[in-house]
Amino acid sequence: MSRLVAPIALIALVFFAVAPAASAMQIEKIVSPSGIHAWLVREHATPLVALNYAFHGGSSQDAPDKSGTANLVADTLDEGAGDLDSKAYHERLENHAIELGFNVGRDYFRGTLRTLNEHREEAFDLLRLALTKPRFDAEAIERVRGQELASLRRETTNPNDLAYRSWWATAFPNHPYGRETKGTLETVPNITVADMRDYVRRVFARNELTISIVGDIDAKAAGELIDRAFGSLPAKNDLKPVPQVSARGIGRRIVINVDVPQAVVTFGGNGIERNDPDFMAAYIVNHILGGGSFSSRLYREVREKRGLAYGVSDSLVWFRRAAVVLGGTATRADRTADALAIIESETKRMAEEGPTADELAAAKSYLKGSYALSLDSSAKIAGQLTQIQLDKLGIDYIQRRGAMIDAVTVADAKRVAKRLYGGGMLVTVAGRPKGLASSDKAD
Amino acid sequence: MPVRNRAFAVAALLIAAAAAQPTLAAESGGAKVADYKLDNGLELVVIPDHRTPVVTHMIWYKVGSADETPGKSGLAHFLEHLMFKGTAKNPAGLFSQVVARIGGHENAFTSTDYTAYFQRVPRDDLKQVMGFEADRMTGLQLTDAVVLPEREVILEEQNQRVGNNPRARLGEQIDAALFLNHPYGRPVIGWRHEMEGLTRDDAIGFYRRFYGPNNAVVVIAGDVEPAAALKLAEETYGKVARRNGIPPRARPQEPPPVAVRSLTLADPRVEMPMMQRAYLVPSFRTAKPGQSEALEVLAHILGSGSNSRLYRTLVVDKNVAVSAGAWYDSTAFDMSKFGVYGVPGPNTTLPEFEAATDAVIADLVAKGVTPEELERAKTKLIADAVYAHDNQATMARWYGSALTTGWTVEDVQRWPDRIRKVTAAEVQDAARHWLDKRRSVTGFLIKDKRPQAEKRS
Repeated sequence: MSRLVAPIALIALVFFAVAPAASAMQIEKIVSPSGIHAWLVREHATPLVALNYAFHGGSSQDAPDKSGTANLVADTLDEGAGDLDSKAYHERLENHAIELGFNVGRDYFRGTLRTLNEHREEAFDLLRLALTKPRFDAEAIERVRGQELASLRRETTNPNDLAYRSWWATAFPNHPYGRETKGTLETVPNITVADMRDYVRRVFARNELTISIVGDIDAKAAGELIDRAFGSLPAKNDLKPVPQVSARGIGRRIVINVDVPQAVVTFGGNGIERNDPDFMAAYIVNHILGGGSFSSRLYREVREKRGLAYGVSDSLVWFRRAAVVLGGTATRADRTADALAIIESETKRMAEEGPTADELAAAKSYLKGSYALSLDSSAKIAGQLTQIQLDKLGIDYIQRRGAMIDAVTVADAKRVAKRLYGGGMLVTVAGRPKGLASSDKAD
Repeated sequence: MPVRNRAFAVAALLIAAAAAQPTLAAESGGAKVADYKLDNGLELVVIPDHRTPVVTHMIWYKVGSADETPGKSGLAHFLEHLMFKGTAKNPAGLFSQVVARIGGHENAFTSTDYTAYFQRVPRDDLKQVMGFEADRMTGLQLTDAVVLPEREVILEEQNQRVGNNPRARLGEQIDAALFLNHPYGRPVIGWRHEMEGLTRDDAIGFYRRFYGPNNAVVVIAGDVEPAAALKLAEETYGKVARRNGIPPRARPQEPPPVAVRSLTLADPRVEMPMMQRAYLVPSFRTAKPGQSEALEVLAHILGSGSNSRLYRTLVVDKNVAVSAGAWYDSTAFDMSKFGVYGVPGPNTTLPEFEAATDAVIADLVAKGVTPEELERAKTKLIADAVYAHDNQATMARWYGSALTTGWTVEDVQRWPDRIRKVTAAEVQDAARHWLDKRRSVTGFLIKDKRPQAEKRS
């Protein structure tokens, strides 16, 4: 069993380190015959093609009383398209070992495809069918809806989901970001096939389409494949605007009573936007406080010294219209208050004092070195290229990233630590934490 | 938790068997896998992949929870945690700090049959992490000051993985009922009342008994040549003396299963009842030639994905289930498990769901599988092996789990060939022979509707 688990498995976008191996990795900008742009990395060592793409407009496009619409589309898109019913479509995929995936975040609808090179035309044809001619047969929709409702029903007693959902709902009330992409037991039954078709019509379009391809394929063939899958989509999407927003409820603590031996804690506050000049400094400071390695302050204080939890960490999470810093842990009920007090005092200390020069140097070294590790498979490289494009970081970001990290000074780190952690936190707890009650000194 | 290799992760390679020489296997246009044995008994497997300048370095000890002394459940995993607490030469935390400073990733995991530690680092840092890992192979030092807080950590891990998770609790109960005599019936994480009593001396004793070069396999995947990796291994691991007296892996074996068993776990948090069943079946090591591969294909046809018999019949056609599937784990040193599971739909009871599941299995036993199903399953399983080549960490993990559960490098490399040879008759025979309910335990997870006491531990 892993020595460390990320206590928060649902974070929409965490910052991925990208490889400098990358200096060896050539990214090509390509344009398909019909004019669709994409990034391509040629990789001859394995006989496969990995595609990763994103449309703007994720679950933030869902109507409040129909939240979960985009997610239901994603879950139903491979249930038959064109002349192929669900059975025929799934057989065509598996007969050629083609892997298609669809998933939804708050801002984007994303897709993945992996195929052996010999079946790539078939793979991109099947993708086109799903994107342009989904059947949405009643039988398939009801079956998938039943699966989603079963999963939502399970979540009603799962402390991880309870703490997490409560955090988002409290931080972003009356905003699409406050609603889970999966919807709720109340909203998922309301979604009609007309809602799903409306989502497809508004979101699946060629403008604001981001594509990355990695594989044993050249630019010409890649361009043809892109047109095969995406060329017949409408030229323009039709999205509802999403208002800019910041997290509310800072200073509040919400305890959700559920009968489990271990209390689950979600904590966090406002973060820093991806395009903010202070982003890299914030990223480093967060790594020092609660990032994913075994050397963060929270890991040391909560786990190593006191054995209060198996895992504790926090991450920067950013969207197009908001940014937060969000963390989590799970601790025994009679020590939850202790664990939370340590997290709060360490966060406060980071805000007031910032990191030391040694910590900053170690974190920079880690963040530069670990860059290569996240680019060790075609699918991961393709996913990362899509993220770089969505975040508008530029095709040379991979080369520039090391220098951007090096440029952060101790003074920058201290200033940004105050900005990031000086505002206090919203805390949600699910379980039966001893001596810990909800408190309401909200902003 | 046991690591389950669902996708058997290796493509077909030809192998030139040789004794003292490394075994090198050339793959069409791709990497060669080398297999060496050092003088002190350490096995080294190198899987070159030069696409990015990083390496995955793993050490796999052939010891897991099934090797614990009765009464000390959780000890193998506890020791895994304590291996990060420093040695005579390298104080606590130094190894992790060095890995972090070079931007590496590290972690460790424990199964019934193995305990593994890994680092993923830039190519040029390989020797350094090999040096640290060789040092903690015999140099571990423990004090109560670090052992006692870590015992709290594993208790919290037990809460997180099992206590807070009704499905995991059901899985523990099924294993305990399935294995009448074999220690696979104990949870890897341990039983809480025994975990609470584990001591420093328990951990050190276990360590001295089982950790040594002659009980370990090092797997290195990534940007390194086999000869260079061998040289580094000789300079690091090669200096560690052989451990004498490591006991053979002779665990108490299972008697022939004779009784259909079922159990019910009621938990107040259950919102969706479910059924999990495990059959006692052979692993690759304990199977006759071809049996394990037939079980692999059977599991795929019966219960993997949207085209599988269980999903299509129970979820799509009859609409009695929300989910349904099957799996098989070939990587166990002793007998292994074949699993069947599902969540009934809102208008279906668990007994109805079980009967429907049994009918799907009975139909497969009676009529066998179609040529299309067989072909599709083989295509998918073999493609998974090709996809696995795209990720060095996946490859390292697959070789490690195989080599610590009785496979050879050649067995791993020829796995796709053996899958290709499986016939429809073999799949039907496997279903008839192994999916006999007398070999199984069926567990039902239901909601506990009794009023709850205020306190739970």
